[in-house]
Amino acid sequence: MSDQKIRVLIAKPGLDGHDRGAKVVARALRDAGMEVIYTGLRQTPEMIAEAALQEDVDAVGLSILSGAHMALVPRVLELLKANGQERVKVFLGGIVPDEDVPLLLRMGVIGIYGPGTLSDTYVNDIRKAVMAANA
Amino acid sequence: MLSRPGMTEIDLAQGVLAGDRLALARTLSQVENGTTEGKSALSELFPYTGKAHLVGVTGASGTGKSSLVNQLALYYRQTAKRASGPLQDEQPRQVAVVAVDPTSPFTGGAILGDRIRMRDLAGDPGVFIRSMATRGSLGGIASATAAVVQVLDAAGYDLILIETVGAGQSEVDIARLAHTTIVVEAPGLGDDIQAIKAGILEIADVLVVNKADLPGVENTERALRGSLNLAHPLPHRFMHHGKLEMVPGQPIAPNAPETLWVPPILRTVALDGTGIPKLAEAIANHRAHLEATGGWEQRERWRLQTELDLLLQNTLVEDFRARLPAGAYEQALEDLQERRISPFQAVEKLVDGAG
Repeated sequence: MSDQKIRVLIAKPGLDGHDRGAKVVARALRDAGMEVIYTGLRQTPEMIAEAALQEDVDAVGLSILSGAHMALVPRVLELLKANGQERVKVFLGGIVPDEDVPLLLRMGVIGIYGPGTLSDTYVNDIRKAVMAANA
Repeated sequence: MLSRPGMTEIDLAQGVLAGDRLALARTLSQVENGTTEGKSALSELFPYTGKAHLVGVTGASGTGKSSLVNQLALYYRQTAKRASGPLQDEQPRQVAVVAVDPTSPFTGGAILGDRIRMRDLAGDPGVFIRSMATRGSLGGIASATAAVVQVLDAAGYDLILIETVGAGQSEVDIARLAHTTIVVEAPGLGDDIQAIKAGILEIADVLVVNKADLPGVENTERALRGSLNLAHPLPHRFMHHGKLEMVPGQPIAPNAPETLWVPPILRTVALDGTGIPKLAEAIANHRAHLEATGGWEQRERWRLQTELDLLLQNTLVEDFRARLPAGAYEQALEDLQERRISPFQAVEKLVDGAG
């Protein structure tokens, strides 16, 4: 009787207070049958990594609209790795300038989903990436 | 799904006992998913369980359960850190939180949002928070919650706060799992008839009126007190239409299973922590009461019996289904739908037909 679900942490690091996007994504992932742990605003990278560990999530979604992504994302990736969670997939939402996208992808981010992205796009990406990691 | 290369189930249980938080988190997932690894880890960990004080926190949505759990855990940890020298036995050192939220009946997904209110606990290695979805269970907790709690118990968390889904009236499974059940109310959520309905108020060991800074708190408290007084009348005299009336109080049955515990009613404001020390005191008092009256063993027995019965049922049903001839179940369902047989006849036919 095993029942396995994809678990995703949705967090907003940094100081901007716009969480509508994060909530929309959380809701879409829920409707795709995933278990979404929503942590709310103003999370530090340390808080995010700790929550990801305790909740044993398969993926972490970060919503950043403050422009601080080049500082926050590497730090989260580094902390996940330090905790032994290099398996966890990280994706981004919010406002990320085009020139930063290749850099972030090279760091290991699986996808960057700005305003207007169809929910099917990130739902499928996350599902595929998590399945591949657990295969 | 979640096994990392090089981390076998033996490593998992050993890791949990050694205080490895990643191993603990992994084990919780395996146990929640009911995998073979999870089951064998549980078997290995079971001898180390039975030490933790399990405290259930239940109540309607929006009464402030998560904020209350946050404040309670914070209070315990601050007390533990402040104490110079060894702590008293009943004072918890490490606190775990299991927070349950509902699974969507349509998609199987869930939003687990209890951590939003628990940010004060971040960064404290003496606290472990785990969110769970109900995954179809209707009693206010998930069917794997008992097993998840056992793992945290074995990992050395000596007080485990179990927060149920927003529970209205009949979600009372928590009373079968926890040693101490806290029922949280808030002003303005319903009239006094709500307080005399059967169900959730009956399972309270401690009643909390949270948001006690809001207007209407006196009414809520009075309704609760009135309801409690019917269950546990205290001797008192009062004037009614100019006549002196007397309530003699409840006779205590000589062989009452647990000597009477009258649930205290406490006011809290979870936002700023008002009333939390009193609540912690009431929880400790209830534990002392259970230990002094034999109620602790009784509740343990009750809980393990519930778990055993449930496992037995599941195993028997699975076993039975495995022995059914192919298509028999579907055939019975179709016969039912066509009104050819009744549900009772269908069961009879299936039981007879199983090899």
